[in-house]
Amino acid sequence: MNAGTAALLEVADLSLEFRTRSGTVRALEHVSLALPESGSLGLVGESGSGKSVLSFAVLGIQDAAARITSGAIRFDGKDLLANDGAAMKALRGRELAMIFQNPRVALNPIRQVGRQIEDVLARHTDLRGKALRTRAIECLSEVRIPDPERRYSAYPFELSGGMCQRVMIAIALACRPRLLIADEPTTGLDVTTQAAIMRLIRDLGREKGMATLLITHDLGLAREFCDRIAVMHAGHIVETGLTEDLFRAPAHPYTAQLIRATPVGQAKLENLASIPGNLPDLRRTDLPACRFAERCMQRQAGCERALPQHDIGEQQRVACHYPLIEPSMEVMHASIA
Amino acid sequence: MDSSIPAFASKADRPSAWAGRWNTLRYVVAENPLSLVAAGLFAMFVLLALVGPVLAPFDPLASNVGPPLSPPTLAHWFGTDALGRDILSRVIVATRLDLGIAVAAVSLSCVIGGLLGAFAGYFGGWTERLVGRTSDTIMAFPLFVLAMGIVAALGNTVANIVLATAIINLPFYMRVARAESSVLKNAGFVEAARLAGNGEIRVLFHHIIPNILPPMTVQVSLNMGWAILNAAGLSFIGLGVRPPAAEWGIMVAEGAQYIVSGEWWIALFPGAVLMLAVFCFNLLGDSLRDLIDPRRRT
Amino acid sequence: MHLLLEAIDLVKHFPVEVHRKQKFLHAVDGLNFHIEAGETVGLVGESGCGKSTLVRLLTRTLDLTEGQIRFHSKSIGLIAARAMAVHPLRREIQMVFQDPTDSLNPRYTARQTIAESVRLLSDLRKSAEIDAEVEHCAELVGLQKELLDRYPHQLSGGQKARVGIARAIVTRPRLLVLDEPTAALDVSVQAVILQLLDTLKRELGMSFLFVSHDLNVVRLLCDRVLVMYLGQIVESGPADEVFHRPAHPYTRALIASLPGGLAGGESSESDLLIGGDPQSPIDPEPNRCRLLGRCPRGTELCEQQAPVLREVAEGRSVACHFPAGL
Repeated sequence: MNAGTAALLEVADLSLEFRTRSGTVRALEHVSLALPESGSLGLVGESGSGKSVLSFAVLGIQDAAARITSGAIRFDGKDLLANDGAAMKALRGRELAMIFQNPRVALNPIRQVGRQIEDVLARHTDLRGKALRTRAIECLSEVRIPDPERRYSAYPFELSGGMCQRVMIAIALACRPRLLIADEPTTGLDVTTQAAIMRLIRDLGREKGMATLLITHDLGLAREFCDRIAVMHAGHIVETGLTEDLFRAPAHPYTAQLIRATPVGQAKLENLASIPGNLPDLRRTDLPACRFAERCMQRQAGCERALPQHDIGEQQRVACHYPLIEPSMEVMHASIA
Repeated sequence: MDSSIPAFASKADRPSAWAGRWNTLRYVVAENPLSLVAAGLFAMFVLLALVGPVLAPFDPLASNVGPPLSPPTLAHWFGTDALGRDILSRVIVATRLDLGIAVAAVSLSCVIGGLLGAFAGYFGGWTERLVGRTSDTIMAFPLFVLAMGIVAALGNTVANIVLATAIINLPFYMRVARAESSVLKNAGFVEAARLAGNGEIRVLFHHIIPNILPPMTVQVSLNMGWAILNAAGLSFIGLGVRPPAAEWGIMVAEGAQYIVSGEWWIALFPGAVLMLAVFCFNLLGDSLRDLIDPRRRT
Repeated sequence: MHLLLEAIDLVKHFPVEVHRKQKFLHAVDGLNFHIEAGETVGLVGESGCGKSTLVRLLTRTLDLTEGQIRFHSKSIGLIAARAMAVHPLRREIQMVFQDPTDSLNPRYTARQTIAESVRLLSDLRKSAEIDAEVEHCAELVGLQKELLDRYPHQLSGGQKARVGIARAIVTRPRLLVLDEPTAALDVSVQAVILQLLDTLKRELGMSFLFVSHDLNVVRLLCDRVLVMYLGQIVESGPADEVFHRPAHPYTRALIASLPGGLAGGESSESDLLIGGDPQSPIDPEPNRCRLLGRCPRGTELCEQQAPVLREVAEGRSVACHFPAGL
């Protein structure tokens, strides 16, 4: 990130853990990322890497067993972690919004979709009565739902998966939030519907000057729709950078492996790579500083030391002792303890 | 997607299945310390049922082993009744009868109700309708009244008490078995079982029924307390075990008439032990449910 | 190359009740295709296209409404689904399921799951022989012996997938149907499983029917591909051909919808489906193209006459009045 660009959302050195009866799960460790006013950031990682945990922490809806042990989350300069429940409730839906993976499950099954949009509007605006209904119908047409007056009184079970997702987007954007977090919004949708939904999110983001944080395990999706990408592995952010830079020349071995494992544009099956091993058990007390070390093909002596953060060029950062690209400006940031 | 389940690097790393279960047990006990109490009580009742007659200080049927209607003393901890019988001995020996009736009735109910329910849920169609209507018919009656009717019609024997209790408990097992198996029949592994060469009956017995056992087991433990109460209740109103047999319900009935005249111990002790037994089984049922089915933990 | 499986005018209609009237859901509506020995055929389609129903018709776990299925020239379409489990042909057609967690009995160890197929579908009876076969199969699919005595909840996603594959191939079936076998797996494991399937196919000489909604994966593994939409095959042909020169508007839309598109393909944004609702599979209009309403190229002809699947080039068939490029 350039020092000059003001970040809308800034996560600084965030660490979060869950106390469970089988041990303490260190779900996030020294996670830092930044999202500018109207950009899009893709948070990419395998399932279990901590992407959703991070987004829930930003919104303040993390599990009751979660403890934030260090770091800060700043939205527009203000520390979100210092907010109490009421303050966060005022922000959610108004400035910060989120859409989830399974739209049918996220919508109230016994309430008409139009009314669900109105609920959010009633909470955060002064609209009442007919004005509320008009605005709700407007929201439905903004997400390109045909025949919005009729769809207003539909129940979620009457709509297809793609339509439900559009409704969820309408609810999220009703109050013109400044940040939209989309957590795997198209997993489970058909690829043709996926294309339409992703384009909708992108277009709305541009129209409304909204920042988008896209959480996905699909690298190809992130590549097509995000300006910047942050790659997560086992609770660490291993690399961040401009999308094209990352794909052209990934610096972290995990990023490189992920790219080779994704079958987009692969000519042959033999070239498809897999990543050995599994995500490490985050309850272990003997977790190495680099959580990818045990699966890494480039592992060398010296990888046990505390992880550094290297800046590659102005826009790319990697957490690796032996990145695949030589850092041109070796600015050693404080090591991850 | 479950890549969060760790792959074990070597056999030495793998925690044994027992270690996992021990941890869960510790958690359940920690959440609800009463479950330890229940477990202790359960052990005591089982012990009494098995070796009670040997432990009883006096012959439960012998009259005049002490002065009749004498309150609790060091010689007779629970006092004596109108015929001079030692109440402690009778209470101890009654454990075997009451528990025995309950276990027999619940087993019968569980096996028959479970099988019928599993068939109904899996095959659907008229099997399901038949089982459903049977269940509805039984439940249309106030269950205790139905039990009374069955025993009154067939006669006051232990076997008939077992039969009556089993019949009125059938619907619970039929319902659980039907619900679980109708959900399970759509599971992927059921279809896979067919592809592996299992005919429909084999699928039911080898794949469906083993997987509905956990919720059925929970149902059994919750049902035991109710079955004990049932048997005692029937005896209390005279439709159960006949005197001079030692059984908690009969003893409470015999003692009821003496409460007004001040001999409180004749009804109280059997009543208290009965209550303790039902309490113990209900608690055990809760803990068992917590152990077996974490989804339903309260 | 001889014909392993032939599907002729396959039809499956499910009775449904809509507003108290009896109607029929046309899940599979007149399919014709074949699979040759040793071939890998991909079946591509999105949710609701009928591929799950088709898979169940082929593995005979579902009864046909109309049509025939010929396996090695033997007609198997009339074998009742209930009777198929104990039929001698059961061992010849097997399936790998989509969700490895859901398709394994949680109370059976991996060994028991695989051994069950051996015991029920092969002639081996001695437990020593059965164990040997199970272990041999585990080795073939890359499952370590120590894992055989574990329960599904003690195995990772990739390991469970291997158990599912082992169970399906233990009888050396001639036709293996794979229903989205990597859809539930992480991308890091996907490659190994796909490479494993490729190896097994060559080593054991099986034919595959590879069902998936993921075009990228289908392209890697399949010789020929069938594209399905609302119960019908809309395009078929050699995999490379269909993906690089798609003719049917739906195929073009599928490819254009892929993030990044298929490398070297010619689909563009104009190929994307336009925003209408998909038609209902319940009692569909027989004389109308089923893609109408979402097709960027729909015309009046499409409204009046349903296109038929016809051969437009060597081995290439399309069901469209205006196929692209051909």
